[in-house]
Amino acid sequence: MAAYIIRRLISGFIILALVTLFVFFVMRLLPGDPLIIFMGRSVSSGNMSMEQLENMRAEYGLDKPIMVQYLNWIKGIFHGDLGTSIHYHEKVGRLMLERFPITLHLDIFSLFIGTFLGVMLGIAAAIRRGTWVDTLATGFANIGITIPVFWLGVVLMYTLGLKLRLLPIAGYTSPFDDFWMSTRQAIMPVICLSITSMAVIARQMRSSMLEVIKQDYVRTAWSKGLKERVIIFRHVLKNSLIPIVTLLGLAIGIVVGGSVLVETVFAIPGVGRLLVDSIFAQDYVVIQSSILIIATIIIVVNLLVDISYGWLDPRIRYS
Amino acid sequence: MTDTITDTMKKTENKILSGESEAPPVVSEWRRFRRVFFQRKLVMFGLIVFVILIFTAVFAPLLAPHDPYRGDLANSLVPPNSDFLLGTDIQGRDTLSRLIYGTRTALLVGFVTVAIAATIGNVLGLMAGFFGKAVAMIIMRIMDTVMCFPFLIFALVLAAVLGGGIQNVIIALSISLIPGFARVMNGLTLSIKENDYILAERSMGASNFRIMFKHILPNAMPTMIVLITLQLGTLILAEAALSFLGIGIQPPGAAWGSMINDGYRFLLTNPILSFAPGLAIMIVVFAFNMIGDGLRDALDPRLRGLL
Repeated sequence: MAAYIIRRLISGFIILALVTLFVFFVMRLLPGDPLIIFMGRSVSSGNMSMEQLENMRAEYGLDKPIMVQYLNWIKGIFHGDLGTSIHYHEKVGRLMLERFPITLHLDIFSLFIGTFLGVMLGIAAAIRRGTWVDTLATGFANIGITIPVFWLGVVLMYTLGLKLRLLPIAGYTSPFDDFWMSTRQAIMPVICLSITSMAVIARQMRSSMLEVIKQDYVRTAWSKGLKERVIIFRHVLKNSLIPIVTLLGLAIGIVVGGSVLVETVFAIPGVGRLLVDSIFAQDYVVIQSSILIIATIIIVVNLLVDISYGWLDPRIRYS
Repeated sequence: MTDTITDTMKKTENKILSGESEAPPVVSEWRRFRRVFFQRKLVMFGLIVFVILIFTAVFAPLLAPHDPYRGDLANSLVPPNSDFLLGTDIQGRDTLSRLIYGTRTALLVGFVTVAIAATIGNVLGLMAGFFGKAVAMIIMRIMDTVMCFPFLIFALVLAAVLGGGIQNVIIALSISLIPGFARVMNGLTLSIKENDYILAERSMGASNFRIMFKHILPNAMPTMIVLITLQLGTLILAEAALSFLGIGIQPPGAAWGSMINDGYRFLLTNPILSFAPGLAIMIVVFAFNMIGDGLRDALDPRLRGLL
């Protein structure tokens, strides 16, 4: 077990190193020069000379050879310095501290709700297989994996926001400033962010429940005369949840990917929105930091999932 | 007499060993497939939508009532009427015609991308699974690296790096999808190559190439067909998302995602502009998912819950 964890940690680090290389070099392939875009007007209107541009290039360290730039970037990360945004003219670390909690707030909420409802839907569908409950739950899950989340956002905004005036149409307020407002504003984004992962988890949960229900020990439990509730929750549920844990990494990917879209629709100033804005501004310092953080989170979650797997299912042996 | 018997026996034996069908139960297999596949109403719905979709994409110029690209500013933002069934956008272009031409974009991106990703991903997965050791190590580490990024974010950044447009969207989405195929193929290869018929083939001196493409690949095909169908839906959603963000198909190209983005600014007055393309995306993706589910249950029910 310990050997396995160490091996997984090492491979996690190797992958993280590959991720940094990948992120850095792909970013340098971006067409165009972010400094010229930023300084665009000033250069063409003659307010800024080429000399000043070169000075700025030196200030951002962009005049050095690419390997040196990479090493400087890595060195910076270890010192907690992610670089300076060219577009926002601000430390990326500070930018992230501002934006990250917003995305984290909505994403964690969505992940919890999506997982919980998904598991519940899957259970309902599996134990009432073939009835209207199953049809309804499966249908709902099938629509969930189909619906474009940004379009759902637009539709919700129209119905709940513009027509019925039940919820504020867009924006974000910190729960520490105004809890009630914050919650009302979060409802629509959280619905959009959680629906896909909920549907994926519900589908998996249903088939994994049906798989476990067929097992001998479940038949034994029935023949012992146990109540349905006890069998479902004590014997079936526990074992069906194991494959769901592996889906966690995937679910995080879905929710974070969705953040890019949902934050754009609802004008939420989170990391997703920052990423899209930075792509349009070709501000690669910000792009590379945001995707590096996202990838790191996913690597860590997958690592935890792999390690917890053996603890959850003792039949699995690490070799 | 005995000679001919041993001769035929030898021939049959050879046939069996080379995997060239000792008459497999083709008919019953096909019948089983048909029964399971066509029995479900949702699968039939998916198939019908699929046929309509192909028809619409091929005959778009004949079906579209107006020019999808040329607008008439005098007819800007017209609500739905008998001439413009779904109204017009800000530039006076007919929404229905743009929707019809949008099927071309969606299907083109979907099919071409899945073809590229499946080909490259399968070859990589096959090589990693078959050769193992250093080859597997290098290939799968690279795939793991790509898989650390959420699919949509990876495609988004790549498309941005490449610079948008239909061709670059296809490249970006293909690269993002390759690891998914490679990983599944790697797993399939690892399990298929343990079979006795592979050992038999090898003992008869078959080349690696022959074993990989003549024996392992065909045996992985059912799973791959299911995966490809299910990924088509994912791809159409992802293309729509990229176009919605303005990084995918560029104007004036007709793509459902960018239509939602264009219409979204007139949500209060003309909600149909953004509602209609979203509904189109949903119906199409739903159809592909249902066909995929049907294929999975018909070809290999063991995959349920895995794909």
